Amino acid sequence: MRPLGTYRPWGYAPASAPAAVLPVVWRSEPLAIARLPTTVLPFACGRSYGDSCLNPGGVLLDVAALDRFIAFDPGAGMLRCEAGVTLAEILAVVVPHGWFLPVLPGTQHVSVGGAIANDIHGKNHHRAGTFGMHVVRFELLRSDGQRFTCSSGEHADLFCATIGGLGLTGLIVWAELRLKPIPGAAIALERIRFESLDEFFALSAGDADFEYTVAWLDCLHRREPAGRGVFMRGDHAAGHALPAGSATAKARVSLPWELPGSVLCRPAVAAFNKAYYWAQRGRTVRRTVDFAGFFFPLDAVGNWNRLYGRNRLVQYQCVVPPGAEREGTRALLTTVHRSGEPCFLAVLKRFGALRSLGLLSFPRPGATLALDFPFRGSSTLRLLDRLDELVVDAGGAVYPAKDTRMSGRSFRRFFPAWETFAARVDPQFSSSFWRRVTSA
Amino acid sequence: MLIVGATSAIAREAARSFAEEGAQLFLTGRDEEKLAAVADDLRVRGATAVATARLDLTHLASHEGMLAEAVRWLERLDVVLIAPGLLPDQRACQKSVADTLRALEVNFTGTVALLTLLANRLEEQGSGCIAVITSVAGDRGRPSNYVYGSAKGGLHVFLEGLRARLYRSGVAVVEIKPGFVDTPMTAHLPKTPLFASSRRVGRAVYRAIKQRRHIVYVPGFWRLVLGGVRLLPESVFKRLRL
Repeated sequence: MRPLGTYRPWGYAPASAPAAVLPVVWRSEPLAIARLPTTVLPFACGRSYGDSCLNPGGVLLDVAALDRFIAFDPGAGMLRCEAGVTLAEILAVVVPHGWFLPVLPGTQHVSVGGAIANDIHGKNHHRAGTFGMHVVRFELLRSDGQRFTCSSGEHADLFCATIGGLGLTGLIVWAELRLKPIPGAAIALERIRFESLDEFFALSAGDADFEYTVAWLDCLHRREPAGRGVFMRGDHAAGHALPAGSATAKARVSLPWELPGSVLCRPAVAAFNKAYYWAQRGRTVRRTVDFAGFFFPLDAVGNWNRLYGRNRLVQYQCVVPPGAEREGTRALLTTVHRSGEPCFLAVLKRFGALRSLGLLSFPRPGATLALDFPFRGSSTLRLLDRLDELVVDAGGAVYPAKDTRMSGRSFRRFFPAWETFAARVDPQFSSSFWRRVTSA
Repeated sequence: MLIVGATSAIAREAARSFAEEGAQLFLTGRDEEKLAAVADDLRVRGATAVATARLDLTHLASHEGMLAEAVRWLERLDVVLIAPGLLPDQRACQKSVADTLRALEVNFTGTVALLTLLANRLEEQGSGCIAVITSVAGDRGRPSNYVYGSAKGGLHVFLEGLRARLYRSGVAVVEIKPGFVDTPMTAHLPKTPLFASSRRVGRAVYRAIKQRRHIVYVPGFWRLVLGGVRLLPESVFKRLRL
């Protein structure tokens, strides 16, 4: 538990402090929420970018103390832990035994509960699908006091609603995860410069041969539509020895407070982008790197969102289906370029065909684009609304974990199973995001 | 390593650091279900072996039995960490002798009774370390929490004497004084930036024990704060509403 004002998401969110915070400490104890006059929502690491983790005026269930491991079988690669355990803590325990998480996002500082509730994905979606696809079972605690052990074979309706369910179906108490074996703690990485979107798609056609693939785009380059960037693909390698103890990279530097205004201005980022694009001498470079640097480059700077200043940033992540991949991505990037809103980080990847059981699961076949913008007020929001329209027209979707403004109309187009999901929402659980998309 | 009060937030966090080094841990607490949850966690984090036993510090008659079981299982007592802690309702204690005495029983008498037995065992063993978590509240009695403060203050003096006595036998006595800590014990208090996380305090406890420090304030700035508070003359202090 911390001062109320510190329960914020990673990015921009308007005034959003909860009325109260209730700590959840022991998995065996009931939730004392039945008599509360307000709704509740679980809150762990606060790494969602928008308001899917907020419940202003209501109560937040702080699950940071629900962070115990329950059992680990290093022979079979099965792990059971409470939902507040972070992926970082899991890696610290399992990597020395030669195991890894099958799906990892861009940061290790998210909780297992958050990973399930957002059905997160990583650079290997085309091979491994989403986080929820590697969850064997979990326990869900509802406001009426009932506990459900959910799996694909037991209480499957709650299982499918909770994966990607943004914490709205109840509190995930513990989960059992299937790990994957790795030969070593290194990644054999190939880094290829490309100059156009067509080149990106040509490179991405070979995704199936690699475990991890992703592309970084330079959106501040003068040429329109922006399409140059660096394609990265890699596989686990037997290189570095498995570390004995805590393996994961700790932030070497952390921003203790928000910078005034934003240190990230267009010229500075444009210069960084240029340097990053040209960082390697040859077009294609192969290296072996430690996994922490490959998976979590941004974790090297703690609280990096503070670089954006008090208003932080907004991230927009969408997916456009295979038929509209090329034109859709091009249209999105052109719209961004023409709006004048500076996009400081852009990541592009193609999702694979594996579909999660989660009713509100975001990843689906197509090209996914993630864009970081400093929040500049209504001009930023207008741009994102325009991007929504492009995505709706293309038949794609926008990722709720990054969102702070999608309309109910768009939401219903992005997630056709939303009504089946709504029937499973716990009546006492709610979030700012859910109220917004079910009211308009 | 024996940890008394192992289900408390600070002790749990300190225990994790010891587990990561592969320690053998004997845990006591009042609730067996919670103890089991803590034990499971420590095993996964690297503890070589973990055993648990139910113990209520205020049941003095049960102390000897628990110690005997711990020594049998651990084979020797290297480190003993005692985390006694019940934050009483100061106002309620002012109105009730029973409440006041209960608070003193948990925070002072029970701990002292256990320390008496422990001191003798470790003196005989000729080695070891006793670590006790007290509080900055014990540095000077404040109107807002002097019942709690007096227990912790009394414990402080007891530990000072114990340290000097056991020094001759090669046994170290470590006292850790946290300031405000964010734990279930303080869940009802509004959180200010002065609160430290139980993780941070737990790690500090671990370091203090490894380094065999004497008295450690966590976070360190409290040493200065309390140094200043202790210097205030009573004529001034009694007027402040601390």
